[in-house]
Amino acid sequence: MSYPNYMLDLIKKVEATRPKRIAQVKKGENFASLSAEKGGELLRKFHPDYKEGTKRKLQLGKSKGSLVPNEVADIIEANPCIDLKNVNLEKIDYDVDVLVIGGGGAGSCAALVAQEQGAKVLIATKLRHGDANTIMAEGGIQAADKNQDSPGLHFLDTMGGGHFSNDPELLGVLVKEAPLAIEWLENLGVMFDKDNEGTMSTLHGGGTSRKRMHSAGDMTGAEIMRTLRDEIKNRPDIEVVEFAPAVELIVDDKGQCAGAALYNLETKQYSVVKAKTTVIATGGFGRLHIQGFPTTNHYGATADGLVLAYRVGCSLTFMDASQFHPTGVIYPEQNVGLLITEKVRGAGAQLANIDGEQFVYPLEPRDIESSAIIRECLERKKGVKTPTDRIGVWLDSVMIEILKGEGAIQRDFPAKYRQFMRHGIDISKQPMLVFPTLHYQNGGVKINADAGTEVPNLYVAGEASGGIHGRNRLMGNSLLDITVFGRRAGQEAAIKAKQAKIGKLSLEHVGKYRTNLQNSGIKTDRISPMLLPDYVGKIG
Amino acid sequence: MEKKEMVKIYIMGKEYKVPPSLTIMKALEYSGYKFIRGCGCRGGVCGACATVYRFPDSYKINVGLACQTLIEPDMYLTQIPFYPANRASYDIETIEPLVEEILKRYPEIARCLCCNTCKKACPQDLEVMEYIQAALRGDIERAAKLSFECILCGLCVSRCPSEIVHYNVGILCRRLFAKFMVPKAKDLKKRVEEIKAGKFDKEVEKYVKMSTKELKELYDKRDIEPV
Repeated sequence: MSYPNYMLDLIKKVEATRPKRIAQVKKGENFASLSAEKGGELLRKFHPDYKEGTKRKLQLGKSKGSLVPNEVADIIEANPCIDLKNVNLEKIDYDVDVLVIGGGGAGSCAALVAQEQGAKVLIATKLRHGDANTIMAEGGIQAADKNQDSPGLHFLDTMGGGHFSNDPELLGVLVKEAPLAIEWLENLGVMFDKDNEGTMSTLHGGGTSRKRMHSAGDMTGAEIMRTLRDEIKNRPDIEVVEFAPAVELIVDDKGQCAGAALYNLETKQYSVVKAKTTVIATGGFGRLHIQGFPTTNHYGATADGLVLAYRVGCSLTFMDASQFHPTGVIYPEQNVGLLITEKVRGAGAQLANIDGEQFVYPLEPRDIESSAIIRECLERKKGVKTPTDRIGVWLDSVMIEILKGEGAIQRDFPAKYRQFMRHGIDISKQPMLVFPTLHYQNGGVKINADAGTEVPNLYVAGEASGGIHGRNRLMGNSLLDITVFGRRAGQEAAIKAKQAKIGKLSLEHVGKYRTNLQNSGIKTDRISPMLLPDYVGKIG
Repeated sequence: MEKKEMVKIYIMGKEYKVPPSLTIMKALEYSGYKFIRGCGCRGGVCGACATVYRFPDSYKINVGLACQTLIEPDMYLTQIPFYPANRASYDIETIEPLVEEILKRYPEIARCLCCNTCKKACPQDLEVMEYIQAALRGDIERAAKLSFECILCGLCVSRCPSEIVHYNVGILCRRLFAKFMVPKAKDLKKRVEEIKAGKFDKEVEKYVKMSTKELKELYDKRDIEPV
């Protein structure tokens, strides 16, 4: 299977404009990027976040009254799924210093650093250790470590990308610790792209003013994740329990977080973890399919941690801001929603409409780039239709071969090349067809600079937290976030664990939450956390 | 969808009819399976959904990732979501990038028969046997580079007559290569020292406290490093 004939004809239009576009790039001429103000206008008109009727105000809890996507409200305003009569708090199955919920990048970083502080650590994870969005991150990780760059410029770029809504204190931590995070990963043996002298290869990402995107091919997240996991296997003080999601946090009689109830997905049995401190690192909400969008996200990205943290009294922040990655696959149908890394545009590929014409600067922040694509397809009607009636624009990857030399695609984007070749499309010779796809939960549980929450002894790190990226995250700041704040959470949780005194364990808040739901007038049979999306009998 | 368009497949020997051009993963879900194991990133990079399949008219064993492989009529398939594999522990700070260190932990790689079954079983089409042979020769760089795209699905392990755990050898070589054989990034080291010495504290503090108005002005005035 390759492109159908009518699409092959349309590709000729992209080929026709390509020499002109290549010549412009070589002369250093860019399609004009938008000012902060113009970008804002485009967002308000075309970004899915601004679409009416897609959100509602929460009716209960700490963030009562704040707007969240309907799909998020559905899991917050839902009955706890836990079956309390099968949970015995008298019988402690695991008694640890630090419980880390979630075995992705943030959780693994937290576990490693907590263990280095002398803590006994348990990682409880819903699927396999490493099954997370981290493993799917392709393009890179930002850090201002080159001479012409500085943490201040990184701060400014990120703040602009987030439309000046980011929590400045959290962002200050992120940019200042970024080079330290990269060095830590380098020392663990992450195979970064480097030249012969050891200098990191760095590229631009959308919204960056300096080339600070570090990478490991187009499998940067996979390389980081498998290295972290391998290192954890070298450390016997870290225990990992797989296929055992936390379904409810446990608190003590002083209102401190004191562990969690785990649910074995295979045996359907509960176990009780008593922990002096707990780190939630459960990732984001892609699999809630906000507004029905396809997603780049992992199977387990069902925002379980949001639900758990909210029920014990944490606030949520920026939950109304969803990130749609500009370039999700829309053809072939089997790959719909899959990510085409921004690194493709960083390396020189441009977007083109049905006439083969460029319509946006290729490296705008993601929300602006996405909005421009939506405008091109929906308002200007310049999109290309697939046989299944999806509409998108071309991502002219062939430019990379011309700009960087033959073989550049296979060398720099091996995973993407392979993924398309499986369907008979050679992306070094033909462009890809793309449309925005649900990619990232910008918001999450409110944290402070130590990754701490409003609940004593509870920490949150990674995509489950909110504030660092404001309303819109830049590329390469998520792998960075999970490393910097994962490490911070591990460090702080381990230090706190040394003096924490846990009282009598309780799940009373579960019953209270049910009552609270009823008192808020919410009549529903919905249950949460969702744990796994339901595609049974459907074409997922 | 009309019935004649449906495709017959066999999931662990049991017949199901599913719409054409689905991936194996989506066909399983369409047939009523809800994954706990055998499903991960759904994008071909996590190695959770290793699958083997055969057709009635061929002796060949085929392999693929359920999330990436399209169904074909009369496919007999099963997933291998887990396959036992031993892993040797090591201290990354004290281990040395030497062939002895690899052989001490994975002596069985010397039993490699060069049958190339591992390569045939690799859904990533990696030169698995080549990287095992490179590791055996002590060519850690080659082993690291050839195994870079490994997704640790374990299909190679399930098929190896010499009982080698290829992917664990691969990741050991990659970590040894990246940590000890590639020079450290000098500018990174310098920047880390500067940060630890507090060189950027003032700059960052200034931005943290800056008004949105000032930040916006600075943002719009940024110079962009040429692509």
